[in-house]
Amino acid sequence: MNKLFIYRLDWTIIFCYLFLVFFGFINIYSSNYSNETLNNLSFNSLVGKQILLFLTSISIGIFILGIRTRFFQQFSSLIYVVSILSLIGLFVFGQTINGAISWYSFGGISIQPSEFAKIATALMIARYLSDFQTDIKNKKYLILGILIILLPALLIMIQADPGSAIIFCSLFLIFFREGLSFNYLILALISAGLFIITLLFSINYIIYSIILISLIFTYFSNKTNLKTRILPLISLVFTSIIFVFSVNFIFNSVFEQRHRDRFNIMLGIIEDTKGLGYNINQSKIAIGSGGLTGKGFLQGTQTKGNFVPEQQTDYIFTTIGEEWGFLGSFGLIVVFVILIVRMLNQAEKQTNIFRRTFIYAISSLIFSHFAINIGMSLGLLPTVGIPLPFISSGGSSLLAFSLLIFIYLNFDANRLNDW
Amino acid sequence: MIRNYFLQILTVIVAFIFTIRLLELQLINSDYKFLSQNNAILESPVFPDRGFIYDRNNKILVANQPGYDLMVIPENTTKFDTLELSQLLNITYKNFDLKFKKMMNFSNKIPSIVSGEISKERHAFIQEKLWKYPGFYLQKKSIRKYYYKVGSNILGYISEVNENDMLKDSYYQAGELIGRQGIEKYYENYLRGIKGKAFYQKDRFNRIIGPYENGEIDITPIPASNINLTIDIDLQIYGEALLKNKRGGIVAIEPNTGEILALISAPGYDPNLLVGKERSSNYRKLANDTLSKPLFDRGLQAQYSPGSPLKVLNALIALQEGVIRKETRFTCNKGHFYARGAFMECHCNIGTSNNLISAIFQSCNTYFANAYKNIINSKSSPSDGVNNWKNHLSSFGLGEYLGYDLPIGQPGFIPDSNYYNNLYNKGGWKASNIISNSIGQGEVLTTPIQMANFTAAIANRGFYITPHFIKSIKGNKKIKMFEKKKTTIDSIYFEHIIDGMEKVIQNGTAKIARVNGIEICGKTGTVENFINLEGEKIQLTDHSMFIAFAPKHNPKIALAVFVENGHWGSRWAAPIASLMIEKYINKSTNRKWLENRMLKGSLNDEYLKPLSGKPFKINE
Repeated sequence: MNKLFIYRLDWTIIFCYLFLVFFGFINIYSSNYSNETLNNLSFNSLVGKQILLFLTSISIGIFILGIRTRFFQQFSSLIYVVSILSLIGLFVFGQTINGAISWYSFGGISIQPSEFAKIATALMIARYLSDFQTDIKNKKYLILGILIILLPALLIMIQADPGSAIIFCSLFLIFFREGLSFNYLILALISAGLFIITLLFSINYIIYSIILISLIFTYFSNKTNLKTRILPLISLVFTSIIFVFSVNFIFNSVFEQRHRDRFNIMLGIIEDTKGLGYNINQSKIAIGSGGLTGKGFLQGTQTKGNFVPEQQTDYIFTTIGEEWGFLGSFGLIVVFVILIVRMLNQAEKQTNIFRRTFIYAISSLIFSHFAINIGMSLGLLPTVGIPLPFISSGGSSLLAFSLLIFIYLNFDANRLNDW
Repeated sequence: MIRNYFLQILTVIVAFIFTIRLLELQLINSDYKFLSQNNAILESPVFPDRGFIYDRNNKILVANQPGYDLMVIPENTTKFDTLELSQLLNITYKNFDLKFKKMMNFSNKIPSIVSGEISKERHAFIQEKLWKYPGFYLQKKSIRKYYYKVGSNILGYISEVNENDMLKDSYYQAGELIGRQGIEKYYENYLRGIKGKAFYQKDRFNRIIGPYENGEIDITPIPASNINLTIDIDLQIYGEALLKNKRGGIVAIEPNTGEILALISAPGYDPNLLVGKERSSNYRKLANDTLSKPLFDRGLQAQYSPGSPLKVLNALIALQEGVIRKETRFTCNKGHFYARGAFMECHCNIGTSNNLISAIFQSCNTYFANAYKNIINSKSSPSDGVNNWKNHLSSFGLGEYLGYDLPIGQPGFIPDSNYYNNLYNKGGWKASNIISNSIGQGEVLTTPIQMANFTAAIANRGFYITPHFIKSIKGNKKIKMFEKKKTTIDSIYFEHIIDGMEKVIQNGTAKIARVNGIEICGKTGTVENFINLEGEKIQLTDHSMFIAFAPKHNPKIALAVFVENGHWGSRWAAPIASLMIEKYINKSTNRKWLENRMLKGSLNDEYLKPLSGKPFKINE
């Protein structure tokens, strides 16, 4: 603790952060290039606003570096409540943009409270899990933990912003770090797998397959334990079959057509490059045309032609893919991996459970944005409107993620302090 | 503990999957590069201005003029008065409405052509009212402009390429223009130049938003060449006027160069008919006129019996074969028996004894029948005789394509022994069976240009240069060399028959063709002809035919004139030929009475006879 504060800062993370933000400026500028010229590069332009938001983030961030951990811990409940209220307030005062009621507007400045709700929920869940009473293996505590996350997620879901809602679910990942059985994760993965298989194949075939697999499994498994295993196995088979039927029902009767379309496009069940699949197809074309080294800064023909909609926000990765090619895209992925892995490593060094859990929350949020956004751009996931952290144009997102980074820097630098 | 690392592992797995996907999209699968070019870059051709066409005296015949397409971007239109606009464009309201809906279905953002090839005059008129119709605008494009109403058969025309053209030559793309007939077709490669390319950046609505790479990779077009034709446009105009209300052809050639001075096919049509908006309907009208067949080039494509002019060639062959001499005489008794019970009539008086020269200017059938018989019988068998005769004629360019530089033509026909062996039994025929060939009536068929060409060969005393239309191509481009072809007849023999041909005008069958101060040599023809009318072979009024060259020494022009159903050679063809010669050599004509008779004369009544369905008289 003798070292100066500045030496205790995690410079790896700072460099990653700055790299991503500046790379973001470049690509926002490029994806909007046809509408802007260098001459009117002002704070009114998209990049200008982004730079302004970055400067704001830095100023707030420096202030954050000086706050004690205990402050976050003590105020997390209050922040959470305020955040939930702000989400509820959207129903009354919110502005509808692109069909989603996710914006407050104060004289030209738009704020997306769901972005800040991510911080609030992360703080709240860290606070909850670090409470010495909480035992996540206990069903009672688990359910409360789930509710803390699901409450904002559901509110946002109702406001027709399913992408952001899904992001909140990534916070469940922390539970596994804090001792929740991995069986839940495996169950979730199996369900997701079954879900997709149900969409791809005829329901009869799936049921036959499930029965066949379970029979084969029974035949080859250790005969001595058979009696103890046969019941859970049979119940598993039945649960699967019921699940498959319910997925079928939900998909066809509960989902709206546009949601069904998104899944169908992703899975290649319907091919419609002009209508429903336009975004994904154009996105793949833009990225694919980049080749190894890309077409160069401002040289992207797909980007200039505005073929990919929402290119400066949700589809910013297509600009990177087209203009910076495989090398640029891969480099970006590497930087994200370094950022996330480094944070998690540092988190493990924490002795304070609140701090560790909170850093896990930050990492989970960045990871889920990273995975879903790029997965969507690459056509691996259905279209979900969420930004790429630090890169996508959008003030609230940049500000929220910057604050998360600064809180991390604070927590990490004060790892050995007990305040 | 796995719990301390699982999120790291998950991150790395996801990054790994992304990397694999990136490799697939960006490095392995090249489809996307292609697709990107397809949808973001517009490759647009840049056309050089089509080359101009001049006549031999540098008078401009064909140039370009601005034409206008009325375009519309449906998205940009506001509510407008459809009825008024359709009236402005001379389109029915219904058609217009249908068209407009089609365009909107095609694209709201891409311009479509509402009305194509609007003339300059109408353009001004429409332009004035266009302010009422936002979204509509006039787009300039280049169309052909013809300075004279003649020569359409030579010049040809241009029109948009069809699928066949595109299959044949990948240079062309839909909507581009190609030479369709005549010079426009034959010299297409010179006249069109080579188009360049411009690349544009498109946006997702397919709108052009600027040049691609600042136009650095654009390809500049190679300019087209202007060309000069051998045609003398004044002579062409004059010839077309002379053949007005007649059917037939005139071909005039400069003998020592093979340059075609005029090629007239009557009835012709105004080349401007095939320009602009009305092209397709006009073309249909011309193509559907199966009676006067304006699209049929009678100078190049019509195969007629040559009639008496062939006597001149037969005389040359007889001289060359040594079966007659200049002094050889045959006696004519208003004709002669060429075989038992077979009499060939002639208009000579009983007891006329003709030598070669008088036989030519009297056009004595008897003389040439005898000469022809001698040609055939000079060889060991009639077969050899006919084949030998055919060889001589072939050396004058008869019986095969001449090889001139227009895309249409006919070979004509010269029979050989195989033909007669098929027609009769082998060995079952002799000279008397094919005696009609002697006077140009038998199986021989020639086109007017072939006749003009052999006239030029006679004028040159034994050779011809493949007739052609191209004089020069601007920009020092080498033009195809047209070969000099020698005939099989020695040049000394030509003088004999040329003397005879001169007499034809001086005191023979074509005195009417005399022109003071010009020694014209010629030969009339009166060609019997038949048509098949509902399965019946019916004889029509004879064709009027004349070949001539002038002056006798150092000839400047050789020509063949053919007037269908003109009755006899010196009635129409000879006067027309002499007027053409006079016009060409003296640049003006003195014999106004003759000129007026030719210009005003009409054979339309004659042409209507076989169509009337009533019995009719011929040669009246």
